[in-house]
Amino acid sequence: MNFPENLKYTKEHEWLRIDGATAYVGITDYAQGELGDIVYVDIDEDIESIEMDESFGTIEAVKTVSDLFAPVSAKVLELNPKLADEPQLVNSDPYGEGWILKIEMEDTSSVDNLMDVNSYKELVGQ
Amino acid sequence: MKRTKFYDIHKNLGAKLVDFAGFEMPVQYSSIIAEHKAVRNSVGVFDVSHMGEFFVSGPEAEKLIQHVTVNNVANLNDGKVQYSAMCYEDGGIVDDLLVYQISDQKFMLVVNASNIEKDLAWINSNNRFDAKIENESDDYSLLAVQGPNSNMVINKFLGKEIDIEYYTFLTEDYEDLEMIVSRTGYTGELGFELYFKGNVEQAAKIWNAIFKAGEEFEIRPVGLAARDSLRLEKGFCLYGNDIDKTTNTIEAGLGWITKLKKEDFIGKEVLVSTKSIGPERKLVAMVAEEKAFPRQGYEIAVNGEIVGKITSGTVSPILEKPIALGYVNTECANLDSEMNWIIRNKEIKVKIVKLPFVG
Repeated sequence: MNFPENLKYTKEHEWLRIDGATAYVGITDYAQGELGDIVYVDIDEDIESIEMDESFGTIEAVKTVSDLFAPVSAKVLELNPKLADEPQLVNSDPYGEGWILKIEMEDTSSVDNLMDVNSYKELVGQ
Repeated sequence: MKRTKFYDIHKNLGAKLVDFAGFEMPVQYSSIIAEHKAVRNSVGVFDVSHMGEFFVSGPEAEKLIQHVTVNNVANLNDGKVQYSAMCYEDGGIVDDLLVYQISDQKFMLVVNASNIEKDLAWINSNNRFDAKIENESDDYSLLAVQGPNSNMVINKFLGKEIDIEYYTFLTEDYEDLEMIVSRTGYTGELGFELYFKGNVEQAAKIWNAIFKAGEEFEIRPVGLAARDSLRLEKGFCLYGNDIDKTTNTIEAGLGWITKLKKEDFIGKEVLVSTKSIGPERKLVAMVAEEKAFPRQGYEIAVNGEIVGKITSGTVSPILEKPIALGYVNTECANLDSEMNWIIRNKEIKVKIVKLPFVG
């Protein structure tokens, strides 16, 4: 299982690649493994913002459906356009081509509450 | 929790193991979709040793089976298999099962793993015949080899040409084991099921020999998740989802196995009247064109009014569309009727279609 060091993590098994106030958001390798084959990433196309800890969409895998929770409050800059046709990118490349959102954070200090790689590894027992 | 004789093999293959009917079973080995497609396009192997095997024998074995099942056992000959169901007096389904006629005084019943104890008690409690019932579920292993290339794999594995019709079986010796080779399965593909006793070492030997024979066809192990999506594409009912004690065979679309002219069987009276009045609801097959993932329990509505519930659903790996089975009120259950699935407050437009979803 892959846990990149330069990312921030959440207890909901999401990652953030932070660059100043903007960040890419996706789900972790552990999360995609637990979900198994992902069939749809269901997020409202017109989504403008996300609210910390609130659900902003769902991931439908063959076995189960899982909510996506906002790791921080932010403006949504982009949804990964490839996921509409290739949701399996979340399985095959969760930290790369399988990113889900690009966001601009309202308050960059909110990232202080996120986990670093070691805390996340501990959370999932690695 | 119980384990099949292939447990170590599954573990070594890195399968995801889950509790299924009290057994630790492989739900998937790699990707469910890849496993599903392997069965449709070439060949896959399922360990379904959790299934139950009962042997019913004696001068009145056939009478007992006639009494407890809805299909007509008199239509069987030696070496034939029949899909059937057992019903309660009220027509509710105890279980669906396969009946194998070994001889006119010996039959094998293959039942769902989750129902082994219940079925055994039910058959025993209705045995007022000169028939003996033996539960050999723990002794038997069962491997299903399924897919268009399965016949070539079986021939190579057994070292002889096996040419048998759908729903027939024969008994073969494999080394020192007696093996029932049956042209049956739950995938809708050409396929075989192998029943045999034997210990863990013998089971492993058989598994390895099948995989060696299937190497050239890229044979792969397939878990219960793909087994479920494969059967759903063909519209086969799953006990616990599409049929159970609250549904009868007529409304479940199993009228074709319910032989109402048969002299006596449990549930006959209710099933005859359901058939003549017409059931209040029917199991229908539905397809959506938009993106959605239908799941068991989701409601079905027409013009905002709830008319039924989904009992099984998935996104078909072959059609790449959402498909589902569900019960709806009979007045809505017409081919091409339009209705909506309610998925987290969203309405998804669907149409009733003919089975199978995938031909």
